[in-house]
This record gives sequence, structure tokens and C-alpha cells, in this order.
Amino acid sequence: MNNDKLNLKQITEHFRENSEERRVIVCAGTACVANGALSLIDALVKKITSAGINVKVEAHEEGKRDLRVSKSGCHGFCQMGPLVTIMPENILYTRVKAADADEIVDKTLMKGEIIDHLLFVEPASGKHARGSDEITFYNRQKRTVLKECGHIDPEDIDEYIAHNGYEGARIACVEMKPETVCEEVMTAWLRGRGGGGFPTGRKWQLTLDQPGAKKYVICNADEGDPGAFMDRSVMEGNPHSVIEGMMIAARAIGADEGVIYCRAEYPLAVKRMRKAIEDARKLGILGKNIFDSGFNFDVNVMEGAGAFVCGEETALIASVEGKRGMPSPKPPFPAESGLFGKPTVINNVETLACVPLIIRNGAQWFRSQGTTKSPGTKTFALTGHVANTGLIEVPFGTPLREIIFNIGGGITDDRGKPMPDGFKAVQIGGPSGGCLIDEHLDLALDFDSLLDKGAMVGSGGLVVMNKNTCMVSIARFFMQFTQNESCGKCVLCREGTRQMLSMLDEIMAGTADESTLVNLEKLAHAVARGSLCGLGKTAPNPVLSTLRYFRAEYEAHVFQKRCPAGQCKALATPEINPALCKGCTVCAKKCPVGAISGEVKKPHVIDIEKCIKCGACAAACKFNAITGV
Amino acid sequence: MTDIEKNTMIINGMEVEIGDERNLLELIRKTGIEIPTFCYHSELSIYGACRLCLVEIEGRGLHASCSIKPKPGMVVRTATEEIREIRKISVELLLANHKVECPTCPKSSTCKLEDLARRLGVTEVRFKKTNIDQPKDFSSDSLIRDPNKCVLCGDCVRFCREIQGIGAIDFAHRGKHTVVSPAFGKDLAKVECVNCGQCAAVCPVGAITIKPEIDQVFKVLDNRKKMVIAQIAPAVRVALGEKFGMTAGDVITGKITAALKRMGFAKVFDTSFSADLTVIEEGTEFLNRFAKGEKLPQFTSCCPGWVKFAEQYFPEILPRLSSCKSPQQMFGSLARETLPALYGVKPEDLVIVSIMPCTAKKFEARRPEFAHEGLRDVDFVLTTQELSTMIEASGIRFAELEPESLDLPLGFKTGAGVIFGASGGVTEAVLRFAAEKVTGRKLENVDFHAVRGDAGLREATIDLDGKTVRLAVVHGLKNARRIAEEVKAGRCNYDIIEVMACPGGCVGGAGQPVAFNNGTIRKRAKGLYEADKMLQLHKSQENPYVIETYEKILGDVGGPKAHHLLHTRYQSRRRITEKGMPLLTGDAGDKLSIKVCVGTNCYVKGSQNILKALTREIEKRGLSNEVDIQATFCFEKCGEAPNVMIGDQLISRCTVEKACAALDAALGTRQKATATA
Repeated sequence: MNNDKLNLKQITEHFRENSEERRVIVCAGTACVANGALSLIDALVKKITSAGINVKVEAHEEGKRDLRVSKSGCHGFCQMGPLVTIMPENILYTRVKAADADEIVDKTLMKGEIIDHLLFVEPASGKHARGSDEITFYNRQKRTVLKECGHIDPEDIDEYIAHNGYEGARIACVEMKPETVCEEVMTAWLRGRGGGGFPTGRKWQLTLDQPGAKKYVICNADEGDPGAFMDRSVMEGNPHSVIEGMMIAARAIGADEGVIYCRAEYPLAVKRMRKAIEDARKLGILGKNIFDSGFNFDVNVMEGAGAFVCGEETALIASVEGKRGMPSPKPPFPAESGLFGKPTVINNVETLACVPLIIRNGAQWFRSQGTTKSPGTKTFALTGHVANTGLIEVPFGTPLREIIFNIGGGITDDRGKPMPDGFKAVQIGGPSGGCLIDEHLDLALDFDSLLDKGAMVGSGGLVVMNKNTCMVSIARFFMQFTQNESCGKCVLCREGTRQMLSMLDEIMAGTADESTLVNLEKLAHAVARGSLCGLGKTAPNPVLSTLRYFRAEYEAHVFQKRCPAGQCKALATPEINPALCKGCTVCAKKCPVGAISGEVKKPHVIDIEKCIKCGACAAACKFNAITGV
Repeated sequence: MTDIEKNTMIINGMEVEIGDERNLLELIRKTGIEIPTFCYHSELSIYGACRLCLVEIEGRGLHASCSIKPKPGMVVRTATEEIREIRKISVELLLANHKVECPTCPKSSTCKLEDLARRLGVTEVRFKKTNIDQPKDFSSDSLIRDPNKCVLCGDCVRFCREIQGIGAIDFAHRGKHTVVSPAFGKDLAKVECVNCGQCAAVCPVGAITIKPEIDQVFKVLDNRKKMVIAQIAPAVRVALGEKFGMTAGDVITGKITAALKRMGFAKVFDTSFSADLTVIEEGTEFLNRFAKGEKLPQFTSCCPGWVKFAEQYFPEILPRLSSCKSPQQMFGSLARETLPALYGVKPEDLVIVSIMPCTAKKFEARRPEFAHEGLRDVDFVLTTQELSTMIEASGIRFAELEPESLDLPLGFKTGAGVIFGASGGVTEAVLRFAAEKVTGRKLENVDFHAVRGDAGLREATIDLDGKTVRLAVVHGLKNARRIAEEVKAGRCNYDIIEVMACPGGCVGGAGQPVAFNNGTIRKRAKGLYEADKMLQLHKSQENPYVIETYEKILGDVGGPKAHHLLHTRYQSRRRITEKGMPLLTGDAGDKLSIKVCVGTNCYVKGSQNILKALTREIEKRGLSNEVDIQATFCFEKCGEAPNVMIGDQLISRCTVEKACAALDAALGTRQKATATA
């Protein structure tokens, strides 16, 4: 490409001169789009135009206008979407519908009035929050990787550049040598955000040290944990940060080709990454002789077919090569023999997105956040029984209590109502992780502290569970997932997960005995120690950690045939409390098998022989008289 | 001195020197410790799936020893309490998902799973049975697939892909649904499998086994109307003994003859006899081509796995294959031609059984070109393994048998016919013939060491009176593919190329007793070369019975009669042949055949519409009884799609109008013909 045109400063100046101060930013992440963000944008633009305001919609429109309506990537607060931010006042409207467009234009844009019913209400205080800075979900986070997500237009390369974008790549290409880039990342002690926590700088150095002219950088965007969407949000919200990270990695190891391996279930991320690559090529940021430094680099996106195991490095490489996605033994490590047998660095999306920040701001800046052994911040997908769910970013070392009770807004019951003493556990790291309990609430979360407790950061799923949760069912849920996703190659993982799943089923069905528990534990250890790849090695974690912290719950299932949380249908023992029963007959009418009998206005009884434990009676009872189902 | 300087490491407390071992597993085995494995084969890629070879490396935890390089100073333990438990659990897990029917399983007594369970002291399975019955695949002439036994070690998959370069079977699905299967779950007979059977040879359990013909052979042996004769392939005589406590390479032709006679075979002959014939026919064919400089390099055609491989992947080089039948089929047609008269039996009462080291021979014997008037040239093919089962089933104490002589005339052979069983043997035998033929002088030293050996591709140049003949010998079909590509691209200057599908040639055939190391195959080959030495004659052209056969029956070498009996033709199998789908089948006697291609290209270009329009038109005209309409696949003219065949006329770039016009024309001529008649 034409390199004399590539001048980041010029682009920044041009962008600033032409950008509007007043801006309506609509979140166009996957969740908000699913909730109607695109029709909302259309409605807003239509109304604004008819109000006679000169509006800019597409980034490439020249000249400065009165107002810009732009799309952004994910803000993280997906539960409350679609989200609309109005700048420069930084007003945040939540759950906005297309029908609200007129009101927003008439009141807020024309008159500067705030629309109360579109503001977020803090569940704890009941206060209306005017903008994200007044919402605890946001203001207790520390957003660095996600900083620009939710603000900038992900499809506008100029705006990324105007926010210091590609400055890190420029520095790495022009001012640094490959060794110094590795050193800087090593000094920053950036660790892999994909789960393992391996020091990125060391990985790069190992690859740099390998002989051979051809090397590859792969961005692992095969995010497959159920409920986790950190990487997707970064790709959708700030795709250029990923490309820049890959450029720096390529510069560090001497690669000239990169692959973004993204699951096909992320169509928006794929589309935005492809657009970003296209735009970067046009500017000469990707291509030959980048920044006039002699450095060549180009990237392609490859869509995976959605196998969880393809998140494992060697399986991912096999998949890129067009083979069946199955892991192979390490060594050889990808750094020695990776894609097509060439030295290859594989980093996860979030890791790569950290890299430009490190090069731009320096290793010391990075180390100033987080803990000594786990510097920086980490994104988490917070879900489950908490008031606020969504994507969050906090420094390593943040205690769980802060995340769950402040950012997450505390525990809720199954219907979403606050449940102040309801905390039972949090599953961290998805199907490969483990659970933490109340004694860990003040534990400083980082790679190493979690491993000690039998859990792991994993890719960053955080599922909060209240006291109504059966931990055996939770272990079973994740075991079902890993069994389905086991590639089927190694015996311990393929057959071991299958047997563990069947044992958990027996425990939940009340058909297990002591030997089931003994064998389950032995098998879990064998699978964890002996499996071929990370998927198998971590698959027993949910079982092992729930056994570690909730053994009594397992034993209740096995020996007393009782599910303490009342979730396991087969073990349910429904009872009507005669003291509470008013004899209203609703339960008897609801019962599909006629198992409930009794006279009007007198306590009813359940015939356990007939009962199918469907729970319809308990759901219908207005007096909470039915328990145990 | 430190360990690093000494280049040693510690295994179970013993100091061990590190040599050129490729991995820790090999080193441990070298020290005399038998680490169990399912998925490790030295000739295949490292797979690391069975997890049985786990060892503990100090400071690094548990690792599969197959995928670790030995390093000086390493401290390794091979059987800690934990490792023992994991190995047991692994075997139990496999047993829980295995159709356990050991006493009746064809793999019984050679099954690795059975052996490991015993060796590891597995006395109970702590896990629930999880296997769900899946149908077996009997479609192949050579092999049976039983997915219920499969332990998913992938040995077959890797052998087929890495050594044979085919990939007829691979893994499909995930988790508990993982299976090894031909593409799209098709039958083995419908995919690119060349029937070499090496998958069955490496299968540690009974998931892929040889399709037996034992019952059928016992049945004809018991039928007094039938005269059952046998031919024994060269490689069988050096391997069968392994099943009866003898050493690989011991030549036991006499004992085999004695056993066959006791089982009721009327006559026992030798495939080496027809191998001698092959040498003369193929050698002459080569010298003719060599003189004219055409259809070179000449490929050998005795290996049915290679022949099908070439038909599938390299139809362009089929003219270069020798048109000679394989020795098995030459024997068959010659026996069918001569023996009924010689013994006074009706042709249909003569049953020809071959004893082969090979599973693909079963497929070969059933090729339609090798049957005439309902009689196959070879009725049954038994592998070495099946013969050993039959000997045991007959209660014959094989080790105690006194050797007996083969029958004449088809039991007399030279050493040239015997070495056919080893890779390089065919070439050497042909050279012994060609050298004398070209030079006109008697060949004194008959050994051509240049073509012997183990390497997957061996090259040699031989000087025949100033003319240089360039030879190549390959075994393993991946090597064959490489060389065929070169020939196809015109980058190859060999004159004659010998191809054997199985590593080591026929001695390494999949019908042989299971051998898990190359040493066995090498010993068998050595046995054949020794047998050659022990015989009086070493050159096919000196075989008096071969000379007599030409004089009395065949006439000239390469002449019409010889051609009729000893040569064959090949067919392109580039496309998987599926029958067309009959859509309209008339019941009149002489029907017009209409075929519309519905392959991808033709479909995209609208063949479906033509098919519909034609069918409608025919029904409208009330001609449904006069025609057969079929939806078919591929006339190999995809560039000119859509293609429709009406009668004998192929209409490319067909339209509804063109098709209807052709239909009118075809039916018109027919009506005229009928009228004239």
C-alpha cells in the first residue's frame, strides 16, 4: 500500500476536526441488536432528520455536522440493553425501544431534559442513575481493555487511530527490535487470558528463538465456554485493538502472517474483524513495509465450526490446517512446530488486546494494576443469581465480594428478587473451572490464588449461585457439556467424562451407593491427571471442587436419597404442611395425576405413590404450604 | 561427571544410557520394561490417545512416554501406584464400552485389550456398560467392520492415511458418539478402500477383521461330488508356522501340503508356478514395450490393492500397467482350462481355493472379469490366518506332520516364482528372465541385490548389453502415490516399477499372522530368498512345466491363447459408482433408456427441470411402458452440463427442447424399425 499516506497523527487530526461533540451512541453488540438496537437507530435517525438536525450516520461522511449517531460495541450491561449514551453529557438510557426515539430527540436532544423512566435504577438504593459513572456496575470496574468498547465506532478505523490506535504497532515496528518487544511484554508479565495464564512474553521469546523464516501468529477467538462472551465483545467493540495486538506479536516473533480463528457462531464479530482488516489494509497498516519499517504482515479470519476443543492450541491448529479438530500431544509446542509445522504463537483475543496498551503505556503502567504475579485487568462474564449481569473488567486481585455484591448488585432468588443471605457459591472458569464458596469471598482473585482453591480463571465465566442451587446438578451440567465437547480422541476424557456423567445421573436419581462416590472421585483424579489435553485435564474440576466444598450435599443424595436444595426431581419428597394449608383445593385441581386429596377448607395430603414430583402443586400454592418439590 | 555429560537418565532407579531412540517409550522398552500401548506404532505418527504409556517424570508430572524425547538427567518412574491405577481405569473404561464376547470374537487370543486386562490385573470393571449395539458392515469382500469392538485408538485410520495414503476411514462425530467410519457413514465397499486389510492387521481388537470363507470351504470339502484343489501363495509358507510355534521365515510348504491333504484337498499346487508364468508374460511384455519405447514405465499388476488404487486415483496410467493377471488369477484360469480334462471332472465340480497372505485377493477373485459362465476362476480365497484356524478346527497336529510333496504339474516352481512374495521379488524374477533374453547368454549370478531391502522406494539401474534399464521398487501405497504422480507429470524416467501395497510386500500382507514388528516381516522375506537358494532352478524360463504348458496349451508367449487366459484389462474407478435411481420403469421388452445426470454440476445447470419435463412429456404421450428413466451420476462431462443420455446418444448442454427432439428421433427410429420388422 501507499506508505507515505500512513501518518497516524494526520488521521487523528483530520478525525478530530471532523468529529461532532454531540453524539448519540447506540450499543450494537449482539445482545442489544437482538433486542432491537438496529430499528432503534433507524427510528432515531428518522426523527432527528425530520427535526431538521444535520446528522452524520456513517463514519465516512465528510465534514462536521450538528450531531453524530453512531453504533458502538458491547457496553457490558447486556441485561439492560439496548443502551443509548448521549454525549457530551454522558447520559445513559437503558432498555430503550424504537418507540422511545421520539421522546429522546424531543426532550433530551432538543431541550436537554433527562427522561427518568429510561434511566437505570440502582436496585439497592432505588436511585436513578444519570450516567454510567453513577452506576455501581460501571464505576467499580476498571476498564482498560474494554475502555473503548461502548464508545468508539468499531467500524471506523480513523476513530480507533484518534484514540491512540496503532501507535503501539508503530512503536513496535519503528522504535523497537523484536527482542525488545518480547522483553517489554515479559517485564509487563502479561499472562495468557485464555485460561492457562502462561506468560505471553516467554511464549513470544520461545518462538522468536526458533530458526526459520516462516512463522505465524494466531488469534484464538474460539470462545466456547457456555455463557462467556468476553472475546466476542472485544472483537465486536474494538476489533482494531486485536489486529494491533497481532501486529505487535508478529513483529516480536518475526511472523508475516496471522490467522484469527473465530467461531462461526459469532457472525457479527467475524464481520467486524473482516471489515477492520480490510480498512487496515487500505491504509497500509497491514501489508508490505508497514510504517516504512520493512515489516510485512497480513491477517485473515478463519471461521471454526464451533467445537469447544478447538480452543485448545493444537486442535485449533489442526482445524486451521483443514483437519479434524483434535489435539495432539505436546511437545512439540506450537512455538517449535505449530501451523503447517512452522513456529507459531497462539494468543487469546483479550491477551492480544492488552498488548497495544502495554507497548503504548509501558510495562510499568501495566504492572501498576492487578497483583504482582498477575498484573493487569481481567474481563469476566458475570451471570447467574446476581442483580446485575453482563461483561465486567476488574484488576486482578479484586475480591469476589466486590464483584458479586457491588458490581453485581448482590444475590437474587430464582425470580430475580434480592436474596441478601442467599450466596452459596460461584463457578469460575466455566466447565474447566471450579467453585468458590463464602470463605473465599475476600480472596484476591488471580491466576495462582484460584488454582490453590481448585478453581481457575479459565476464560472468565463467573456464574453466581444462590442457596437454592443443587451442586450435584451444577457438576452434572458442566460434565454434560465436556462430554458432548470431548473430541473423542483420548480414552480417559472420552470414556471418563461419559462415566462421570452417568455416575452423577445415578446420584441425582437416587440409585447411587457408596461405591459410586468412591469410583467417581478416583475416576475424576485419573481423568485430571492422565488426559491428553486441557479439556480432559480440567473436565473433572467441577466434580472435584464441588466434592471438596459440598461433600455433604453429595452424601445426602447418596445415603439419605435427599437433595438438600430440593432441585433433584427424583429425590423430591413433596409434603403439605397442615399448619399452612387452608384447604383451598387449588393444588388438587392442578395435580395432573390426581395424587392430592382432601376436603375443602381442611388440610390436603399427597399420595407419594401416585406423585410424579412435577412441582405443579407447589407452584400453585399461595400459602407456601407445599415443600420438598 | 553429571548425568548430562554422561548422556544418561534414570528409569525406575536404574541408570540408562540414551541412544538414538525417538522417544522415551522406546528407551524404556529397550531397558526391558514392557510399557503397555494401544496407539503406538513405530511406523505411524505419534498419537498419544490411549494414555497407557503414561510415566512420571520428576518435576514435570505425568506424560505419555510416546511423545517425550529422552533427555539426559531425566528421572522417570514407569509404574507408580497412581500410574497403575490410571492404566487400570483406562482399560476398564474401554471394557465398559466394548462388546465383550471374547470366546467367539475372531480376534480372541490375539486381542490386545484382552491381553492388557490380564497383564494389568483387571479383575472387575467398576463402570457401567455404555455400549449401544451398532450394525456391522459386511459390505466389503475382504473385511468386516464391527464398530462395537472399536477402542478408537486410530491405528487403522493412521495406517490407511499415513502408510497407504488413502484415508478410506476416519473419525467422525464427537464425545461418546465418536466413531471410526468411512466418509458419510457409507459402507466400506462403497468408498476408496483397496482391501489391503492393513487396518485389520493393526487393529488391536476385533473391530476390523478379515472376512472369513472358512465355512464355505469346509462345506465344499465335505461335498463328495466336488474336487477341491488348492494353490499356495509364496508368502504363506514362511509365515503360517508362526501360528504353530515355529519361527518366522521357516519354510514349511511340505507341512502345509500335508495338512491340506488331510483336510480333504484333492490336489495341492503352488502359486509360484503361475508366478513363473507371470514372469515370462510380463517380462516379454516389458521387453516389447522397452524395445518400442512405449507405455513406459511398466507397472507391475500382481497386487490387487495397487491395481484398485491405480484404477481409483490414476486412471491415466492404467495403460502402463502390465496387462498380466496376477499369479492367483493366472493359476485360476489355467486350472479351469486344463484340469477338468486332466482329472475327468465337470468344470462346475472343480473348486479352486487359494491360500493367500492377502485380504485384497478376496476382492480380486470376485472381480467380474475373472468369472466365466457363472464360474469364478478362483472360487474361494483363504488367508494364512484362516488356514491356521481350519487346521486347528480339523484337529490336525500341525507341528507333528511329515512334509509331503506338492502335486504336478501346477505345483512345480523355480526360485523366481517363490521370491514374488517379498518386495522386489517380482522385479528380480523378471530381471533373471530379461537378462538372458536380451543378452542371449546364460545368466550365472541370479541374485540382484540392488532391488532387495526394506526401503519404501528402492531404485536400481541394470545394464543389459549396453542398454540401461532403470528400475524402481515401492511398497506402501503412499510411496506408490508419490511415484505415480511423478509418472503422470512426466517427470519420471524409470522403465519398470514394481508396486506392492503392503509394507515388505506379500510377506507383510494383512492375511498373515499378526506381527507387530518389522523384524518378523524381514525374517519371512529372508525365508523366501533362502527357499530360492535351496531350489534347483532360479529362472522361470527354465521351469520345465512352464515350457510344457506353452507347448501344449498356451502356444506363443504373449500369443492369442496366452492373452486370452493370462491377461486382463482395467477400469477407471475415479468416481464412486452408484446405481442410478430408476424413476420410471416400463415393462415392454425393448425399452428406450433415458438417463439424466443429477450430479452437482448438471443439477445446478437445471438437469432436474429437464428430468421433470421429460417425465411429464412421456406420461402425456402414454409412452411410460416404452422407456426406462433413470436419474444418474456423472457422465464426466461436467464442463458441458447438463448432460442427458437418450438411447446411445449423449446430449451435452441439454435443454428441454433438445431432449424432446432427441426423444422424438429415438422413438421415431424405433417405430420405423418395428414397422419394418
